[in-house]
Amino acid sequence: MPSMQNDAAYLRLLDITKRFGAFTALDKLSFGADRGEFISILGPSGCGKTTLLRLIAGLETQSEGRVEIQGRDVSKLPVSARNVGIVFQSYALFPNLNARDNIAYGLVGRGLDKNRIRQRVDELLDLVGLRGMGRQFPAQLSGGQQQRVALARAMALSPDLLLLDEPLSALDAKVRVMLRGEIRQLQQRLGVTTIMVTHDQEEALTMADRILVINQGRLVQNGTPREIYDRPATPFVAAFIGAMNFIENAVKVENGCYRIGSHHLSISGENGSRNLASGAVATLAIRPEDVMIRVDELEMPNILASRVEQMEYRGANFRLRLNIGPNQRPLEAEVPAEKVRRLNISPSMPLAIQLPHDRLRVYASAKHRCNDGSLCENTL
Amino acid sequence: MPIVASTDAVLPPLPLWRALDHETWLRRLLILLLCLWMLVVMVLPIFELLSMSFQDASGRFVGLANFILYFSTPALSNSLTNSLFVAAATTATSVGLGFGFAYALTRTCLPAKGIFKGLAMMPLFAPTLLNGIALVYLFGRKGLITKGFFGAIPGIDIHLYGTVGIIIAEVLYTFPQAMLILSIALSLTDARLYEAAASLGAGRMRIFFTVTLPNIKYGLLSAVFVCFILSFTDFGAPKVVGGNTHILATDIYKQVIGQQNFVMGAVVSVVLLIPTAAAFLVDRIVQRRQTATIAARSVPLVPVPSRLRDGIFFGYCSLIAVAIVGFYLVALYASLVKVWPYDLTLGGWHYHFTGTGGGGYRAFFNSLRMSAWSAVCGTALTFASAYLIEKSTGMRLLRQAAYLLSMLPLALPGLVIGLAYIFFFNAPGWSVGGVSVPNPFNWVYGTMVILVMSNIVHFYTVGFLTATTALKQLDREFESVSAAMGVPFYRTFARVTVPICLPAILEIGMYYFVNAMATVSAVIFLYSADIPLASVAVANMDDAGDIAPACAMSMLIVAANLAVRIFYSLVTRGLRQRSQAWTAAA
Ligand SMILES: Nc1ncnc2c1ncn2[C@@H]1O[C@H](COP(=O)(O)OP(=O)(O)O)[C@@H](O)[C@H]1O
Ligand SMILES: [Mg+2]
Repeated sequence: MPSMQNDAAYLRLLDITKRFGAFTALDKLSFGADRGEFISILGPSGCGKTTLLRLIAGLETQSEGRVEIQGRDVSKLPVSARNVGIVFQSYALFPNLNARDNIAYGLVGRGLDKNRIRQRVDELLDLVGLRGMGRQFPAQLSGGQQQRVALARAMALSPDLLLLDEPLSALDAKVRVMLRGEIRQLQQRLGVTTIMVTHDQEEALTMADRILVINQGRLVQNGTPREIYDRPATPFVAAFIGAMNFIENAVKVENGCYRIGSHHLSISGENGSRNLASGAVATLAIRPEDVMIRVDELEMPNILASRVEQMEYRGANFRLRLNIGPNQRPLEAEVPAEKVRRLNISPSMPLAIQLPHDRLRVYASAKHRCNDGSLCENTL
Repeated sequence: MPIVASTDAVLPPLPLWRALDHETWLRRLLILLLCLWMLVVMVLPIFELLSMSFQDASGRFVGLANFILYFSTPALSNSLTNSLFVAAATTATSVGLGFGFAYALTRTCLPAKGIFKGLAMMPLFAPTLLNGIALVYLFGRKGLITKGFFGAIPGIDIHLYGTVGIIIAEVLYTFPQAMLILSIALSLTDARLYEAAASLGAGRMRIFFTVTLPNIKYGLLSAVFVCFILSFTDFGAPKVVGGNTHILATDIYKQVIGQQNFVMGAVVSVVLLIPTAAAFLVDRIVQRRQTATIAARSVPLVPVPSRLRDGIFFGYCSLIAVAIVGFYLVALYASLVKVWPYDLTLGGWHYHFTGTGGGGYRAFFNSLRMSAWSAVCGTALTFASAYLIEKSTGMRLLRQAAYLLSMLPLALPGLVIGLAYIFFFNAPGWSVGGVSVPNPFNWVYGTMVILVMSNIVHFYTVGFLTATTALKQLDREFESVSAAMGVPFYRTFARVTVPICLPAILEIGMYYFVNAMATVSAVIFLYSADIPLASVAVANMDDAGDIAPACAMSMLIVAANLAVRIFYSLVTRGLRQRSQAWTAAA
């Protein structure tokens, strides 16, 4: 994993294991974050994301392993000594204190004089765009505004690390999209190293510099959003982030060439499957939007014959379900509506499709690779 | 990055003593102290009482000999049957009547619900001795009804003294409890269930048995157990109207105060404790099974008017309300009458308490002082311990133990607490493994401290549950948030937790005050001649045949309790206005 080679990492977790009784919530998890980096922890519900965040914060103690901030081992330090700012899923704003008092909560009692505190709170209210709303109580603010107050409160002490636990999950879709951009801008402006937990892949893809995908307490992939989306390390990641078609029972002919039924497919971006022996069974994967419709140029490589089974209108696009043979699960293809109209595609129509060699992924047969068969086979 | 720069300059680093995790240790220390406190005021005294029941008068272990003697002496063991019978009859009547009343309050368009509910709650503010006294004035030998309103109409003699009297008094006592529990159970329902049942063509009866009853099953059981425990262990009413019918509670008193037979007192206490504890345990087990049957977004049921049904329930509730108010009005009248039933001139003679025992106004003011202390100390202790148990992490076993111990007082009758306190706090010392240890708590005996302590323990659980419920509604992360900002937990406790929970805190305080004023069972063993108490004075004056002054003193107790209750309502209303801004739905 790339960040592990970075010894100067600002935040480092080394072989973190967390057990609750007999249950292992986190299993030998390691990663690092650079100063100013925005890292998103992505995974299905219950995979251990919150536990990981609480561990970094010092709200939980790891069973094994080490947490370092700026090269300092903070494993044993309580949350108050780690200088982290936290925004909880529920915001946990104090309902009996107004926005100002909530933001000033950690500033009071540190020997600062009143004017300094007032000045600082004003700065923070400006920062989150809530100037003039300071006298409002949390219950009088909208969800998005509450979220900003929580953010301002977390930033009040200029934390070394900002930790966000599903900060947007309680908001309406529209507000969520807007706040995504705002949080990201704010984070970049302040340059604060940020770890955000989410189960929303879109949130992770749009906001983060780097994404850690976690499943059942294990780190499955650590990479930039593009890496994660374009080169998912496992079928789980592929299926969890975006949609993915899996084509089972492909037989390896030679490096870069696989056979499905009578078709031969060439593949350029062969990942770890290079060490599969010829004749081994593998699973190929391709994203619906990468499935190309061809009406001419039928002599190109990687062309398959298919028949339209079902069409689902999605506004800008059509989702086509394509039958590619009796022993294969149908492929889903995401085709621009304009193209569907132009080609006059209709149900039962035969269609030639191309699976671009640089967009195909290869996984050693799902049954071998993935412990959790259900997730691997859940293509879309 | 101007903002970061400016704050780096502004913010001094946390002092080391705050960065270190001394807070966790403070919390742990407090939890440990809490457990120790419970050990001293609850576990050890009860243990002392239990071991006393297995000893002879000289302190030698005699096994079950005392119990064998008890059960082979019909004069003694008959009381158990009597107590069980009284409790069963009371429970059936109270829960039945209470259900009707609660149903009217929650499921019909009864007018003036608030007034009806308020009137039905009257008995909560009175000592149970007063229920007995009121009965004497109504149905006693010279009672209003026995004599047919001073001879105006033919009288009816219901042969009050004995089982009949006890049951009526206990029904009066337990009715409000059953009514309140059932009202809550009936109000927690989902209208959609009823709509679904009706849309499937179910008739009224069918809906009642398939939707209503299953829905309130846990509330119903809870009401049954609460009524059973209260009526099984009550001492006040049987003391006044028990006549020659002996029950366990009066037996304990007689053994200890009358015959100075502490051993038999302990034995009877254990006999009283066992069914109580069993009822308590079963209730706990049943309630634990209760999962949230109400969906978070359930639709409240709004009753639709129905003239016939509403009319019937109006009549029913009026009858009960008039009966309750009638009881206390007759008592009030009797306390003001010169010589019942011969000279009905009204006046304050009986409120002078001259020529009667009991301590008069000194006793009343002592009771006020004791109740105020119980309210203040009890509330602080209850809320703080509920907070420590609910909002701490770590020390799981100890917190669970503390939680269980906090439930225990519900199973402890006041008389048992009182007697256990005599044994424990009056003991000069113990010999532990051959070493004699002097009793370090001996000094509280005979002081206000032991009275307040016994009240705190006696009424602990209800307040504890109120506090826990209020605390559970606070965001779990308040503690984490303040810890992350380096704010000590006690500051967040004072600045956030307490202000938000203030209504619950006041409720707990009121509960302690009212009950401390009215209770007689625990304190009757613990008061000293220097500190007479109002409720004990009522019992003693009644014993001496000074029933009118006893009634007057009861009235003072009720007046004080009503005053506190009104004060509570005013303060709560003020609070609600103040906190409207931050409790408004977002
Ligand atoms: N305090 C705890 N005690 C026992 N189990 C826990 C505790 N906290 C979390 N878990 C378990 O650990 C797993 C991961 O939880 P969490 O980190 O909250 O998941 P999520 O990824 O949804 O945030 C879950 O199965 C949860 O039940
Ligand atoms: Mg979570």
